[in-house]
Amino acid sequence: MSARSSLTSWGAIRLVAGREIMTRLHSKSFVWLTVILVGAVVLGGFALNLASSSGPTAERVGVTPQTASLAQGIESTGTTLGTDVETVDVADDTAGEAQVRDGDLDALVTGSADDPTVVVESELSPGLTAVFTTLAQQAALSDAVTSLGGDPAEVAGDMATAQPTVRTIGEASEFDPTRYVTGLVTGILLFMAIMISGQLIAQGVVEEKTSRVVELLLSTVRPWQLMAGKVLGIGLVGLGQVALVVLAGVGTALGLGLVDTSTIDLGTAAAWALVWFVVGFVSYALLMAGLGALVSRQEDVGAVTTPVTFLMVIPYIVGVSVAPWAPDNPLVVWLSYVPLCSPLLMPVRIALGSAETWEALVALGLSVAVIPVLVWLAAKIYSNAVLRTGARVRLKDALRSA
Amino acid sequence: MATLEIDSLTKSYGDVQALRGTSFDVRAGEIFGFVGSNGAGKTTTMRIVLGVLAADSGEVRQDGRPLDLAARRRIGYMPEERGLYPRMKVGEQLVYLARLHGLSGADAKDAMERWTTTLGVDARRGDEVQKLSLGNQQRVQLAAALTHDPDLLVLDEPFSGLDPVAVDVMSGVLRARADAGVPVVFSSHQLDLVERLCDRVGIIKDGSMVEVGTIDELRRTETERWVVDGPPGATWIGAVPDGRAVSLEGSRTVVELTPRADGTDGEAGREQAVLRAALAAGPVREFALVRPSLTELYRDVVSAEEKPAGTAAETVGVVA
Repeated sequence: MSARSSLTSWGAIRLVAGREIMTRLHSKSFVWLTVILVGAVVLGGFALNLASSSGPTAERVGVTPQTASLAQGIESTGTTLGTDVETVDVADDTAGEAQVRDGDLDALVTGSADDPTVVVESELSPGLTAVFTTLAQQAALSDAVTSLGGDPAEVAGDMATAQPTVRTIGEASEFDPTRYVTGLVTGILLFMAIMISGQLIAQGVVEEKTSRVVELLLSTVRPWQLMAGKVLGIGLVGLGQVALVVLAGVGTALGLGLVDTSTIDLGTAAAWALVWFVVGFVSYALLMAGLGALVSRQEDVGAVTTPVTFLMVIPYIVGVSVAPWAPDNPLVVWLSYVPLCSPLLMPVRIALGSAETWEALVALGLSVAVIPVLVWLAAKIYSNAVLRTGARVRLKDALRSA
Repeated sequence: MATLEIDSLTKSYGDVQALRGTSFDVRAGEIFGFVGSNGAGKTTTMRIVLGVLAADSGEVRQDGRPLDLAARRRIGYMPEERGLYPRMKVGEQLVYLARLHGLSGADAKDAMERWTTTLGVDARRGDEVQKLSLGNQQRVQLAAALTHDPDLLVLDEPFSGLDPVAVDVMSGVLRARADAGVPVVFSSHQLDLVERLCDRVGIIKDGSMVEVGTIDELRRTETERWVVDGPPGATWIGAVPDGRAVSLEGSRTVVELTPRADGTDGEAGREQAVLRAALAAGPVREFALVRPSLTELYRDVVSAEEKPAGTAAETVGVVA
């Protein structure tokens, strides 16, 4: 007689979860989906980088030893005019002109500090034109002030401190493109991940029901163990998938310098996204497992899970269409506390920076508190319906029968 | 090994009473055939034994103790509608199922290799189940019921859809397990097979057992009947002292011997008087005891509302 070991609940759950994980990892569609998601995030990052690279790159202006004293004035004028200018010291006119020809420099200031000449390859960019025009005007003004017997430095100081008085009559715009993109990506990613994993759960349940293997399984493990193993296994695979995509996204964003790390903490947003994936996945997976047990054919999975899908779409739509533009919209704020909606909405608010940490923790607490109820509900529906093959079992019957 | 006791099970689905106090037992080392028409309650009974369904009342015991989950893991089960993951490989699947029954990984692999070889599907270990023929899927299904070296075998329709060779393999395996002391219970509509293979048989009708016993016990009729193929019965029946003709059709005559109140001891020779009377009237080509086959018994039981077995037995003789 072969050696026997008794199987504990945890042992049974682990076996079931292990099979689910191996099945997903061996599935071509799963592998491809992961590759596509990671690829989309990375390529999206590069596309964003290309689109925005023309703007923020600094104009490089060379200064010779003779014109080096103008460097500070050029940079500060550039800042005032909104043109990012970087000055570079060059050895002499010849070296500087060579760099201009190579495209290494956008412009070279030659001549003397009193009478500078700007050398360019073909034409001066609009930003630099404004900078040098302003500088020339200031020089002309200084000359005029001097010839009138005034002190150019004093006038320059007065001019530097002169500011228009601005009064805001609308609300200050909080729109931050980095946060907007992060919020949008978080919302879409979580929705997709939870939706796909949830569908996998429902399909897995129906597969076991259709193939009748569930009867064999239930003769060795209890329904809740089977369900828990399934949720754990598919959940871990889903978590790994989301983590991979999030890491790829954060890595791309940081690597390409896409985000201004002073306005957003990507690490925190990513960590919260993973936490909310776990909570959201478990909640929806339980519902999907229960509902999946009601039908006996894969074709019916879509129909029977429609109410849950609908429930997911509402916070998703609010999250990606309303929240990024109006993070403090009452609908957004209130829905982000509602269990089953929180996992799809709260991480978007966190990424947008509109939720305080305590708000996220309260929403998390509420969502976690609902999970035991979902476990009870799903286990009841599942164990009552999973052996009844044939026509779709009515939810009412599954909840009623003992 | 253990005796399985099924005690007064009841189960209803809504208004339908599926089981009404079903009781029988399966002893160590015997093959028990469980027969009955569709919907009589066979599958429900088996599902309750496996704990897949809960009975409304009644109990399933093994050696006097109620079956719990640990004991149920020691059962080898073949569900009525076959159940395997279609897209999982044969070997992986059998190892997985064996481990769910509590075997270690190494033991499960050994058992998988042993049983796939025994059942002749060792060459298909690396194939997905859905790529196998139905007959081979059935063999894999049986292997799934055997890999954990069960203390009890419960098989719902194990022979349906098998070719004759596979039937022989399956029969051989069941007999070997029973000989090793494992109680085996299986349901089937192939009554000739049940008659050949089973030590005892139970017939279920409308959720309760109407007959339980060995084949011989079931086939024993309360009166002895003999069939004579020879001279027309009317010409000689008068010469038989305590018999009467129940059927006279040309050359075939069925004679029923009147039962005696004082028992059957020393009565073994009574039928010789029938033979002598017939021989006196002409040549006899066949003389045999009429014993209803299981099929006939079954028809009687399931069709007759209350009539016991034997009355509708046809005059098909077993050559003595």
